Amino acid sequence: MGPLFPLGVIGDELNMLIGFLIGIGFGFLLEAAGFTNTRKLAGVFYGYDFVVLKVFFSAAITAAIGLYLMNHYGLIDIDATFYPKTFWIPTLIGGGIMAFGFITGGFCPVTSICAAVTGKIDAMIFVLGAIIGIFGYAFTYESMWEELRNSGAMGRVNIAEWMGISDGLFILILTVVAAIIFFAVSIIQKKVTANSDYQL
Amino acid sequence: MERSKTYMNSYLAGMLIGLFMIAAYYFSGEGLGASGALKSVVVATVDVVNHDYAKEASFFAARVQNEENSPAKSWLIFEVLGVIAGAIISAAFAGRLKMEIIKGPNITNKKRLIFALIGGLLFGVGSQLGRGCTSGMVMSGMGVLSLSGFIGLMAIFGGGYVLAYFFRKLWI
Repeated sequence: MGPLFPLGVIGDELNMLIGFLIGIGFGFLLEAAGFTNTRKLAGVFYGYDFVVLKVFFSAAITAAIGLYLMNHYGLIDIDATFYPKTFWIPTLIGGGIMAFGFITGGFCPVTSICAAVTGKIDAMIFVLGAIIGIFGYAFTYESMWEELRNSGAMGRVNIAEWMGISDGLFILILTVVAAIIFFAVSIIQKKVTANSDYQL
Repeated sequence: MERSKTYMNSYLAGMLIGLFMIAAYYFSGEGLGASGALKSVVVATVDVVNHDYAKEASFFAARVQNEENSPAKSWLIFEVLGVIAGAIISAAFAGRLKMEIIKGPNITNKKRLIFALIGGLLFGVGSQLGRGCTSGMVMSGMGVLSLSGFIGLMAIFGGGYVLAYFFRKLWI
């Protein structure tokens, strides 16, 4: 029965080692999928490359289906994981700030780390910026952010429950929507790249 | 040169990342994140430079005082060290390990780097306020059907599409 570490089945050291090994897989796949190329990432907003959207949704849906089945068959207790609590106001505003960061900087934190360590100078500057940003946030936390960060608290909220439908039905809808989006973006990408010469 | 352009199929890469996310939840109860590790770097630095300040200021206090019994934070550090190793291994195999600046065709290197810095700054602040970044909060949150993951998804991607027009000269 998982999750193994939070339930005390495995110890601290083995848990760290597993974290490292999982990280290797994650980093390898991000690089292999092209996530260190900032133009490929930005392409999702201009229609010439939808790699971000395809990878992102197929990962989230694979995990959602897998975890749903494992939870259903008693292999994992989702309630015992570090489940992200919902604070809708700061997540919405923070997400807006991150959108601004994405469109200007062309990375998110994990992709910038992968790109920086594989030699992309723009990514090294992005990582530097992110660290400076966190420093700035930390030193102004009490005066500017603390109240906002803790506003809109809703606790642990499962979106399916919140919408009043079953987890299985929600995942089915999500999968169908993703399939339609995948099909639509493949057409958009063909049209956009046919009309102009995008060299990546 | 031709070889460096071949990337893995996007859907296959996504499904495999999904399997690693399942493993992360199954073994450690964690999602796949990155911004938390950057935060740990900042917290550790401030703690080393001025421990007394770190104990008092509310952003740092909880993290500094509970350092011993906060395995989640150090798990993230090991995970990100793995991410670094994995990215280097993949780039080395694909012949993509080289120093370069990647940018849109119509801007200078200087402009690209200035905007990369601005973007990093914004992501640093946004990820702290929003309680996680694109992978740790949104993608991993979606995996366990957390409402916050879907709110973050709409804010980041929706916001990106709203802003894209104004910054198109950076990229196309």
